This record gives sequence, C-alpha cells and structure tokens, in this order.
Amino acid sequence: MPDDPKKTPDVVAPGVDVDLDAPQVRRGQKLDGAPNVVGRSHRKVGAMERMQGLARYTDDLKLPGMLHAKLKRSPHAHARIVGIDASKALAMDGVFAVVTGRDMPEPYGIIPWTKDETALCVEKALFVGDPVAAVAAVDEDTAIAALDAIEVEYEVLEPIFDPEEAIARGDENKINPFAKRGNVTKHVHLEFGDVDAKMAEADLVVEGSYYFEGTTHAAIEPHCALAHYGADGILTVWSATQVTHYLHRELARVLGLPANRIRVIQPPLGGAFGGKSEPFDLEFCVAKLAMITRRPVKLLYTREEVFYSHRGRHPMKMRYRTGFSKDGRILALDARTVLDGGAYSSFGLVTTYYSGQLVCAPYAVESYRFDSTRAYTNKPACGPKRGHGSVQPRFAMEVQLDKAAEALGIDPIELRRRNHMGENCVTVNGFRVGSNGFLECLEAVEKASDWKRKKAELPYGRGVGVAGSTYISGTNYPIYPNEMPQAAVQICLDRSGRARVFSGANDIGQGSDTMLAVLVAEELGLELPDVRVLSADTDLCPVDLGAYSSRVTLMVGNACLQAARRLRRKVQASVARRWEIPPRRVTLAGGEALDLEDPERRISLAEAFAWAEEDHGLLGEVGSYNTPKDRHGDYRGGTIGASPAYSFTAHVAEVEVDPETGIVTVTDIWAAHDCGTCLSRRVVEGQIEGSVYMGFAEAIMEQHRVDPDHGGVHAGPSLLDYRIPTSLDTPAIEAIVVEAPDPNGPYGAKEAGEGPLHPSIPAIANAIYDAVGVRMDEMPFSPPRVLAAIEARRAREAAGELAPWKADRRRGG
Amino acid sequence: MTTRIEDARARLPVVSEDGTRRPPQFVSLRLRINGRDHCVAAPAHFTLLEVLREILDLTGSKQGCDKGDCGACTVQVDGVPRLACLTLAVAADGRDVRTVEGLADGFDGAHPLQDAFDRYDAAQCGFCTPGILMAAEALLRRAGRPVSRAEVREALAGNLCRCTGYTKILDAVVDASERMFPGENPAAAEG
Ligand code: FES
Ligand code: FES
Repeated sequence: MPDDPKKTPDVVAPGVDVDLDAPQVRRGQKLDGAPNVVGRSHRKVGAMERMQGLARYTDDLKLPGMLHAKLKRSPHAHARIVGIDASKALAMDGVFAVVTGRDMPEPYGIIPWTKDETALCVEKALFVGDPVAAVAAVDEDTAIAALDAIEVEYEVLEPIFDPEEAIARGDENKINPFAKRGNVTKHVHLEFGDVDAKMAEADLVVEGSYYFEGTTHAAIEPHCALAHYGADGILTVWSATQVTHYLHRELARVLGLPANRIRVIQPPLGGAFGGKSEPFDLEFCVAKLAMITRRPVKLLYTREEVFYSHRGRHPMKMRYRTGFSKDGRILALDARTVLDGGAYSSFGLVTTYYSGQLVCAPYAVESYRFDSTRAYTNKPACGPKRGHGSVQPRFAMEVQLDKAAEALGIDPIELRRRNHMGENCVTVNGFRVGSNGFLECLEAVEKASDWKRKKAELPYGRGVGVAGSTYISGTNYPIYPNEMPQAAVQICLDRSGRARVFSGANDIGQGSDTMLAVLVAEELGLELPDVRVLSADTDLCPVDLGAYSSRVTLMVGNACLQAARRLRRKVQASVARRWEIPPRRVTLAGGEALDLEDPERRISLAEAFAWAEEDHGLLGEVGSYNTPKDRHGDYRGGTIGASPAYSFTAHVAEVEVDPETGIVTVTDIWAAHDCGTCLSRRVVEGQIEGSVYMGFAEAIMEQHRVDPDHGGVHAGPSLLDYRIPTSLDTPAIEAIVVEAPDPNGPYGAKEAGEGPLHPSIPAIANAIYDAVGVRMDEMPFSPPRVLAAIEARRAREAAGELAPWKADRRRGG
Repeated sequence: MTTRIEDARARLPVVSEDGTRRPPQFVSLRLRINGRDHCVAAPAHFTLLEVLREILDLTGSKQGCDKGDCGACTVQVDGVPRLACLTLAVAADGRDVRTVEGLADGFDGAHPLQDAFDRYDAAQCGFCTPGILMAAEALLRRAGRPVSRAEVREALAGNLCRCTGYTKILDAVVDASERMFPGENPAAAEG
C-alpha cells in the first residue's frame, strides 16, 4: 500500500480548534512520510508483567478479612422454588451470610427490552445449574460445606429441551416467567426485494438444511469477582468482565444503589471471547454479600460452573434456499432459522437479528428474506461468542455457495469473485459498506494455498475448501439508547515526557491497551513504553461500552486519536512559537520534536511538553467518538448489524479424511483478513490465528450440550470432556494481513478479532467434501458423523446412484 | 431423578454435623521455591497450587480448572513440569519447586523464553502463559539445543491456550531455543 503522507493540517493558535477531529485516513507524518509506530510489530503493553507472573488477575487479589462465596445451584432443569431454609447454614461456624433470590428480585438483562433474569432465581429455576442461593464464609471449604446445609424445596416441573417443541408448547408450559410471548424470546422476519420472483428466475436453486451445534467460550480463566463495601458507602467490584460499564449499570439497578457510589474495575483478564460480556450471578452476589457482611467477598467459579453459566454460541437449525443465475450470481436467498436460546434472553434479541442481517456481504445478493425465531429452553442461556450470531449462518451460506459452484461447474473461488459486492456500496438490507478488501483476501489465500493445483490434483481422502465472510467493526447504536458518545478517552501529558491514557475500554487479551498506546505514540512521537494506559476502571476512566461487537479499535481508537491530536496541536504550537516557524513545520517523532525543514533543529519531547505546559497549563485533552448515523436501512431492526466499517476474510482449509475411521485432520488453514490499516502487526496476526483456531475447534470437536436423558445435566462440563484443541490438534495456520483502509477507522483501521473466525468452519466442511465427496451439513464434523456420511455415499455408489468420488485420483489406482 | 453439581474439589468435611468448624489438620512443610527455602504450615489437604497462591502469595501459577485438565498451574518440581493443582503440597515437601516468578532468575530481566514470548506477542490474555513457560523451559533444558515445532507441540500438549491458536507460542519457543543454543545442532527439520 502506498505510504504517501497526506497533508498535515495547520495548527492555528493555542486553544483554537481546527476541524481535524473527524476521523480521517492519514498516515504518520515523519520526515520520510512513513508511519512511525503504526503497522509495525510491538511488544504488547503489560505483557511482560503477565509473563513473569506479576500481573494480578481477579482471583489473584486478596483483601484483609476477605470472605469466600459459593453459589448453590439447582439440580433440576425446571422447578418451582417452594422454599429455602438457610438456618442450618447460617448457624455454622464461619458462615457469615446467605442470600437468595428474594434479596435481589429486581430483574435485569443486558438488553434493556428483555430483562428476564434475576441475580438468583426467585420463583423458578430454569436449567440445571441455575443459582438459587449464595453463601459467604470464612474460607471456600466452609462455604462449600454451608451450601450442603442450605435446604431448598423444589416442585419439579417438566423441562423442555427442544426449541421447536418449546415454541409449540409455549402456552401450556411457559419456561421464563418474564417472557412476553410463550417460549419465543424473539422473532424477526424481514424481506428485501422480491425473493419469490427472483427465485423463480433462478437457473439453479440450492436447498439445504444445516445444524450448528452449540459451543462455549472456555476461556482459561474462570469467572471471578471480588467486592468491597467501604466505610464511605462506596461499593467496589473487581470482576473478570469485558463490559465494566454495563456491569456498573446493572449493579446499580439490582442493588438499588446510585451508580455514582459504585466503582467497577476490570483487572487483567484471562480470556473472554464474549463469555464475560454481561453481568453474571457472581457479581451481584459478592456485592450483596459484601454489603451485608461489611467484609470483602470473593467468588471464583469452578470450571464446571463456567460451563453451566455459558452464554455461548446458539445452536441453530437453518433452512437455506439460494437461487443462482447460470453464471453463478446470487439472485435470491431465503433463510429460516430456529435459535435455541436456553433459559434467558441474554443478547438474544441481537443474536436473532444477526442470524439474518450479517450474511448480506461480502456477496451482492439481489433479494433476501429471513425468518429467525429464538426459543427459550431449559438449558444454560446462550449469548454472544466471538462472531456473535453470524458464524452459524455463515456456515450455511458458504456451504450453499460450494454446492452451487459444483452444480454450475464454476471454481468455488471464482464463484465468490463473481459475486463480489465491491467498495462503497449498499447491501440489499441497507447497510453502507465502505472499504472492502475481499478480492485481495480471496486472491491471497488462493495463492498461498496453491489452490488451483491442489483442487485439481489432491487424491481421494485429501481436499481443499474455501469460504469468505464479513464482520462489523462495532455497532452503530449502543445497547441502551442514548445520544452520548460511544467511546471516550482522556490523555494527559506531563513534563517527564510521558503520556497517560485513561480509557474505559476492556483489554481482554486482544490487545486494546496496545492499540491505544500505538495510536498515542504515533500522534505524539513517543516511544511505546512512554505511553501508560490505564483502562477499565469506572472511577478513573471515561465511560466506554466494553469489549464486544469488535468495536474497540474503531471506536475507542477514534476517540483516542481525537484527544491525541488535540494535544499534538498544542505541543506543535508551543514549539513553533519558540522556533518562530509555522506549526505545520513541527513534527513529533522518535521521542523528539523536529523542524521538518531543518532536521538539525530538534528537542526532546520532555522539553516540548514542558513548553506546552508553560503555554497551556496542565496538558490534558479528551476525545470522544460517535458513529455516523447514515449507515443503515430505514426499517425496524435496520440499525442492528449496521457498522461504521466492515472487515472481510477469506480462508482456504486443507484436510485429510481417513475414510475408514471418519477422522478429519485439518492440516492447514490459510486465512487472509482485511483489517483496514493494520495498527500492530503481530497483534493482528494473533487475532487472526486465534480466530482460525477457535473456528477450527468448533468445526471438528466442540459440543456444548445438555443431556435430556439425564435431566438436562451438561454432557461434559470439564476441559477434558468438552474437548478443545491442544497444540497437537491445531493445524498450521498462516495469517495473511490484507489492508484496505477505511475512512471511518482510526488511520483506516477495522476489526481483526472476530471476523477471521467465520470462514474456518465452512472452509473445512467444503474441504471435507472435496476430499471424500460427502456434505457435512451438521456440526461438529466428528468421526462418527463423517464416517456415517462416507458409508452412506459408498452405499449410493454401490447402487449406481453416484459415481465414485475422485475415482481417477484414488491411491494405487 | 436427582443430579448434583459437584464442586470441582473433593474436600474433607470442615464442618461437623453439629455445625462447629473443625480446624483442618495442619502440616509443616519445607519447600525450596525458586531457590529459597520456605517453611510453611498448611492444611494437610492443600495442593501445591493452594500453598503457592494462598499461603505464599505466589499467584503467577494460575488455576484454570483445578482438576488437571488445563495446565495453567504447571510448575516444575525437581526440574520436571508438574500440575500444581494435582500435586498435594505434602508431596512437594523437601523438593525443589520452580514457578514462573523464578523463571527470570539469573537472566537480565527476563528469561529468553519470556523475551521471545514478548517479541512474538505469544501471550494474549497471558493466563496460560506461566504454565506454558514452565513446560517450555523444561523442554529446552532437556534438549540443550534448538528445538523443532513438532517437539514444542508435543511438550506443550498438556497446556491449553484458548487465545493464540498456539502459532505464536510455537514461534516463540523455537526462536528462544535458537537464541539460547546458538550453533548447536538443530533438531530434525519439521514444518
Ligand atoms: S489448574 Fe491445574 S491443570 Fe488446570
Ligand atoms: S494467551 Fe490466553 S489462554 Fe493462552
């Protein structure tokens, strides 16, 4: 990509703002015009502390007199709570307090329109593992003993585990007491263009039914929270959360405390992936128990509780009909989806929209209709997992394309190319897409994987598959409607030559603190270690909405740039005044302020900052960001899925399938991702690699399900039974960074943390087909399922219904 | 039918039938941790991980599952990687224990593995990293030469990482081994 330096804006007098604050694509302004810091590889902010075991994660925190809490959970999948007797537990030595649902009956929900859960069950328990009481005791052992002494009387009710059955029986067996309509948590039906007419015109209609199995985040750090209720009446909650602000709001609501008396802090976090993006029972319970006992209270989930608390990927049953012209263009798409939501709404309203709204790119679709219904069932609630709501439909969509490519005799990469929607366009459902590097992504993986040769030559049992996708860089509207900025950052400079960045954004391991440091270092010419980032503390930092929807780089990055640029202009003006040159001649780079026309003239930034402090007083600026509001369609729900910028991804997967056992070995995945301008190379690569891994894991091994034959207990709530890939299982992953800078992103940057997960799954499904000629329309692609499909194909081949797959490319003949 | 959510930890009863707390039996242990002798009194049922984290406040070793599945608690006992959550503290009595806090001892600020992890951004959330570093260090010490990716994959198979897809971890360990043993014979080349 060309590095041509765009014009550096003039700086007027100190205190006078010029109109620079609108985000704009502008590279750094060093002497050679190349960016200083942006786009290189960086040591991540705070990483060495973590690697030396010095960083304090939530469970590493201890406070004097701290108590330990535990949750008592329902053993029934559906039961009315007749009574709870905690007297025996309370009489025990070392037990300080017990709380039940009646102590915190205020309903809450991450989406303000679907407040359908309480901190602890009040009336009914809705799944095995639903919490009914919490106890605080002197240590964990005593708390565990006290749980056994709490007596809960249940009236067991009939559970429903199947979403379609739940929908059908919503009137006679309503699962969630707050539900508005039977067991339907959300239904969305939208149509764009005349689908029936276009479908009738189509030369080819591909129909398929797909099942996406539920999966969970399984971050290696279990959820943990610690609360302290101070003598000053201020409640402080440390939590392994990715949404400090929403947690703050909901704590205030449920506990009945004013928000300004609550402080929420997110310590270093051990992975989240969407699994820590709403308030959980433990946060309310430690807070309440701390208020009752006036002692600090900590609660750490067991690994088993992490599985039961879940909020992971929704299982989806999807029925897709796609109409194509004979040259492969998508004329019509008709999708019907049933989402298994589990016991609560969580983000389900949004998930239901996402299940339909996000498949309208990167391909130009002429007409589109979707109908999505989310059901309540007596299972752990589903929520957002990396690639929220759109990973499942992407699987269906991309396998449909593969089927069409075969039927039409078009190479699958070529078919995708033909449907490329292009840049600066509007999707059929009204989303405005800006930059688009999808073609470059396709080309990159085609080349890196040696696609053409492999497609033509790989023998029976080996195959390659391709898939593409798109994802949002933040949502255009916040979760609760308001006109305030979606992101804000405050930066202070001081005379030591250092910048302090205060940001509410949650660094969950994805590197958002590093992203902020890179932007500030670029704008102010600082070395990375001279930028200190203080994030995710609601007392010290401006409000940020949290780490979800891939919003942080774009939104918080833009807010940060605005503040940094305001400061840069002050510093430039002060230096220019003393050097008696126009401010535009002053550049800040490499720890110094320089005169662009006389590079010998330079001073350290510490001195430059001191000059600026003399002129302006204490050097602090704020920046904030709100989304452009012209990015979406004008219909109900048209804002959900709209984003300031979209990322694009293409994958090629290569597999080996053992036709005797059905074991699929994914040997390689090439993933090219358009993240706009890459701000920090290794961090972006790491996001791509981690995404590819997680998609691969879902495709091949993961299954988050409960067992209806055993009362709805989890089928394997441990990291041994819920298999996630080890270093031996994981394929070789090649991350290719494609940069199509977007005018709405900071320096043109878009998201990188979620988009690259999507194509893994369909690319693997398509590669399995290429290897052995069987379609895997249900997940995961486990050995029994693959073997059954191979055997079914063999039977049809024997019956003469199908030609033997890759007959000319069988080993040994 | 009744089902029960068991706590991951099978525990001795600490509270008697009549509700009085029974103090756990304490044992006194002598542990050599990161080159220093520590005398600790710990409940007899405590794991090494609990002694490290709760008594000695060495919280670098992490608890991801407390049942031997994730490897986040990996430390070295007499130089061999061990899951601290499955090692009773009494079983480490008199032994030499090394944790991530001691990994940089004798190096200038950081162990070459830590430096390589830092350069490759091989730690995302960093929660698995202490355990991975302790397993990787044992591999490099055993090998005494540059290692291959296949060897690293094998050596780290007991350490789950949910963030990285292992790619950068493999890169970093191989790189560190090359820097630690320059000029040594590399292991058989592998992709
Ligand atoms: S905490 Fe020891 S293996 Fe997971
Ligand atoms: S870096 Fe997060 S689990 Fe490995």
